Amino acid sequence: MNLRKYLKVYTKFLHTSIASELEYKTNILIDLITAILSLIGSIFLLSIFFQNNGTIGGWDFEQALIIQAIYTILNGITNTWFNPNLTEIVKHIREGTLDFVLLKPIDSQFFISLKKITPSGFLEIILGFCLLFYCIKINHININTSFLILFLITIICSICILYSLWFFISTTTIWFVKTWNATEVLRSFLYIGRFPLNSFSFSLRIFFSVFIPIAFITTIPSEVFLGLSQSWKIMLEVVVAIIFIFTSRKFWLFALKYYSSASS
Amino acid sequence: MLEYRVEIALWAISGIIPFFMLNIWTNNNLNESINISDLMLSRYFLCAFFVRQFSVVWVVFSFEEDSLMGKVSPYLIQPLNPFLRYFAQHLAEQITRFPFALIIAFFFFIFNPESIWIPNIGILFLSTISTFLSFLIQFLIQSIVACLCFWTEKASSIERLLFIPTLFLSGLLAPVVSFPEYVKSWIYLTPFPYLIDFPANLLSGNKTNIIGGFSMQILWILLLFPVFKKIWYEGTKKYTAMGS
Repeated sequence: MNLRKYLKVYTKFLHTSIASELEYKTNILIDLITAILSLIGSIFLLSIFFQNNGTIGGWDFEQALIIQAIYTILNGITNTWFNPNLTEIVKHIREGTLDFVLLKPIDSQFFISLKKITPSGFLEIILGFCLLFYCIKINHININTSFLILFLITIICSICILYSLWFFISTTTIWFVKTWNATEVLRSFLYIGRFPLNSFSFSLRIFFSVFIPIAFITTIPSEVFLGLSQSWKIMLEVVVAIIFIFTSRKFWLFALKYYSSASS
Repeated sequence: MLEYRVEIALWAISGIIPFFMLNIWTNNNLNESINISDLMLSRYFLCAFFVRQFSVVWVVFSFEEDSLMGKVSPYLIQPLNPFLRYFAQHLAEQITRFPFALIIAFFFFIFNPESIWIPNIGILFLSTISTFLSFLIQFLIQSIVACLCFWTEKASSIERLLFIPTLFLSGLLAPVVSFPEYVKSWIYLTPFPYLIDFPANLLSGNKTNIIGGFSMQILWILLLFPVFKKIWYEGTKKYTAMGS
């Protein structure tokens, strides 16, 4: 019953936000070109790295392309759902409109995380999948069900971690109203998800797996793809993802206690 | 500006990508193939960070917001081009950024003590000028894009499109000398290498063509300025205020 209500609300969200995005049709075309160019740019950068080296951090060029593909998919998901919604939290808090969200007879985290959608991010997701299929071909990967299930699990965990990171950062604006560009810091950290974790020095590797688990997000699903991943790593990712989702929920409820609406 | 210290500190932190790139370069010994020592490369990326900090431009986003909110109308009545207002804002913020950038550089030197160096006054002066010229080029390009707001209302997506070549070709992620030959043959004719690569090479003491770099920077400014004047003139004629 409850679930059905949420599904119904979500289809309404989809409808309104796609309708409003289609108002700017040329924008979608420009975004498509941007996504293509950005993929070309990062492959270009990767090719510079591999110009005179066979491997980087133990990864071949063809294998590193898988990381690029997964990064592109996840970046598309970020641009479609996380970026438009979670940057909106900041606006809600600054202008005091969070009151209206809290008054609605629906879960506030649900409303705030899924209200909007930017359809041009889909193009990036599609591009990412195209690259991924190409990688399957050049790396001679045989697809079987157990592999697909593992891949699905890890990618879902990656999405959960990514969502929680965005949500954490955006929620902190309840205390520090003016930190809307904290998401920009996160964005630049996420940028390193384009490269295999092993290509960084030891201290940075620790930093990116313990403090900001960016390493988990792209490297583990890619390792699954190549059949290199140990099962403890996958288990660890699942545990980390559950912890992140759970604490992001707790953190939101905790933060709301400190929310004093504007002019009150 | 001092009111928004945290905000500016966060902007400064968000520019640390060059350091991650440096880590990849040195950790995999990629620099051996391009004949730059670890030391010079670390200086290069530190300088790239500095140049980026003091040449970053966001006038499109300010202008788009003001234009959508209808704030441009009162600016247009004033006998001063509103872009001068944005220009002053950018300069003020760059000055407030300076201490944060110094703190980040300080931490960089703690981790890489061997890369400490003091450029001589002449080089410092020249690279400050070239950073400022790089800022001017980016400011002009973005102002031209911002003027497209008069026609499309959402110019920021065009800016995001232009940001991609800036990111990959300017030398922020990899020095331009490391690019393959088929890119190097034409890239020096575009404005991109003069945005970060040229000032950063100058400041870090890597080999670069000083006279050629400066003349290209000035040439691009001279090319872009009339375009901006023209598009501004056409745009203001086209302008219809919100709700009128």
